Amino acid sequence: MSVVDLPRPAAAAVDLRTTLGAARLPNPVLTASGCAAAGRELAPFLDVAVLGAVVTKSVMLAPRSGRATPRMAETPSGMLNSIGLQGPGIDALVEHDLPWLAERGARAVVSIAGSTVDEYAELAGRLRGSPGVVAVEANISCPNVAERGQVFACDPDAAARVIAAVRRESSPMIPVLAKLSPDVTDIVAIARSCVDAGADGLSLINTLLAMVIDVDRQRPALAGVTGGLSGPAIRPVAVRCVWQVHAALPAVPILGMGGIMTGLEALQFVLAGASAVAVGTAVFHDPSSPARVLAELAAALAARGFDRLADAVGYAHRPAGDGGDHHPRPAPEPARRPTHRVLGADEP
Amino acid sequence: MTVPPVQVRGEVLGRRRVGAYHLVEVVAPGIAESARPGQFVAVTVGGPASSMLLRRAFAIYRATPVGAYTGTVKFVVGVHGQGTEWLAGLRQGDQLDVVGPLGTPFRLPTKPVGCVLVGGGYGSAPLFGLADALAARDCPAHLVLGAATADRLFGDQEARRAAASVTVTTDDGSTGVRGVVTDVLPGLVERTGALVVYACGPMPMLRAVGQVAASYAIPCQVAVEESMACGIGVCMTCVLPVVGADGVTRMTRSCVDGPVFAADRVRWDEVGRVPADALGAPAGATY
Repeated sequence: MSVVDLPRPAAAAVDLRTTLGAARLPNPVLTASGCAAAGRELAPFLDVAVLGAVVTKSVMLAPRSGRATPRMAETPSGMLNSIGLQGPGIDALVEHDLPWLAERGARAVVSIAGSTVDEYAELAGRLRGSPGVVAVEANISCPNVAERGQVFACDPDAAARVIAAVRRESSPMIPVLAKLSPDVTDIVAIARSCVDAGADGLSLINTLLAMVIDVDRQRPALAGVTGGLSGPAIRPVAVRCVWQVHAALPAVPILGMGGIMTGLEALQFVLAGASAVAVGTAVFHDPSSPARVLAELAAALAARGFDRLADAVGYAHRPAGDGGDHHPRPAPEPARRPTHRVLGADEP
Repeated sequence: MTVPPVQVRGEVLGRRRVGAYHLVEVVAPGIAESARPGQFVAVTVGGPASSMLLRRAFAIYRATPVGAYTGTVKFVVGVHGQGTEWLAGLRQGDQLDVVGPLGTPFRLPTKPVGCVLVGGGYGSAPLFGLADALAARDCPAHLVLGAATADRLFGDQEARRAAASVTVTTDDGSTGVRGVVTDVLPGLVERTGALVVYACGPMPMLRAVGQVAASYAIPCQVAVEESMACGIGVCMTCVLPVVGADGVTRMTRSCVDGPVFAADRVRWDEVGRVPADALGAPAGATY
């Protein structure tokens, strides 16, 4: 019987395990901070435990109302958001959300945001011993804070001070990721500064500062005037940032994100140097997309003959003329029953 | 308790023009069975290669759990931009990605009392299912449908079958009473002795209806219209200031904590802003 002799889909055979510093993840697909709340809202659409990890929405020390509305504007292949870090504060996250994730066997990467270095340090300390937390992501690049000019990730020294404090206060077992902004002249310099300050990995990239004018009202479309641009529109910028940072700091693990909608797009980030990827704005379009991207990425790796995800990380950096191209193999055709119909169903 | 939402790719059974609007019916197994009046669906627009990422949210007009198909839902589209224009061009057999049922339903009276249901424009869509649910509880449903012009009414013909009485208003007097819904609402409440008011439509109308209900000291439930990106509670764009049972104002998501709210809980003066006394509001001033 040819049906049983057909090769099994190779996707299942790819070793998808990855690491972000000391964090060992079963696979490289995560949610992106701010696009999955703390995971609970996605539960109707996917099993949060199948993902590499859930990156929770950036949390501050105290409850925060966020900005006025409108907070959102759709743009070509993207959107602007201007939420302003609305959230219930670290206590609610630790008491309600992290236990919920842990009970389901999900891994949590907790994104933290402070107004001062001391606030970041206190947040990191509060997460010590929380169940299920596999990494801390220091969001030093949110564009939707009142003093945008002071975004830590736009200044190597300020970024380093935050990262050093978070590294100091976090459990030594827990890697610290620095989430960087693409809105800088030299992202490698910022990345290097964060790594020197103790960052175990880098999350690339946050949204781009952007703006839309409402021509009917002749005013900014967002109440907060400016917002963060996300979605496929920024994907090439994100891939470029991952490429540049991986080229300069090849030993530093990167969590890549920016407009990933499909597994092939996730693969771009991996080939550019990301050890893991996060799916963000795609969740608004397709709430089950993180699980879909994971399956598609596994299939895309298999179709190119990669047995291990780790072999594909940074693979696009190999020297020119080195060969080693993994041309995609077509997926095996599904077995078909012989058909005796002369006319197809669609024929008139 | 409401049933968790599901995501389905369903076939469009039909799309037809109704006045200024488009009525879309889509096969949506798993949504129709559990949908309750006031809940909504969120659909993708523009097809697989669309550059429009965000879902569009629509109140469920009718949910038909069983029939020739395995559950269908109908919703009403008003064309406001490229996304809704695409929906207005749907044809039978097209595929639509639908998430639902989403949000909170209208709360129903526990006793057989008269109710007034107020719909502005195609905001009337969820009121017909609500009228049926009320009828099943022996609660007479008196409908008030208002719009700027006759063609911007929705369901005024059907209303005569679904409701105990129907009052229509138009701004221009092209049909029904010339004026707005709140011109006729006090008389209707007095005449019918209604003890609950429900409303769905533009925010200024909801606010005004809530004020009329408050003047009669009767509860009013409103389904709000806030623009949203995801519909499932993760994007935090559809918030409005709502007073909780503890008296604290929070920036509250209209997609999962609403869209149905008690009118007297909504800080109507502050919609679009962050009240200075809201939980976690920035110190100093409203911004």
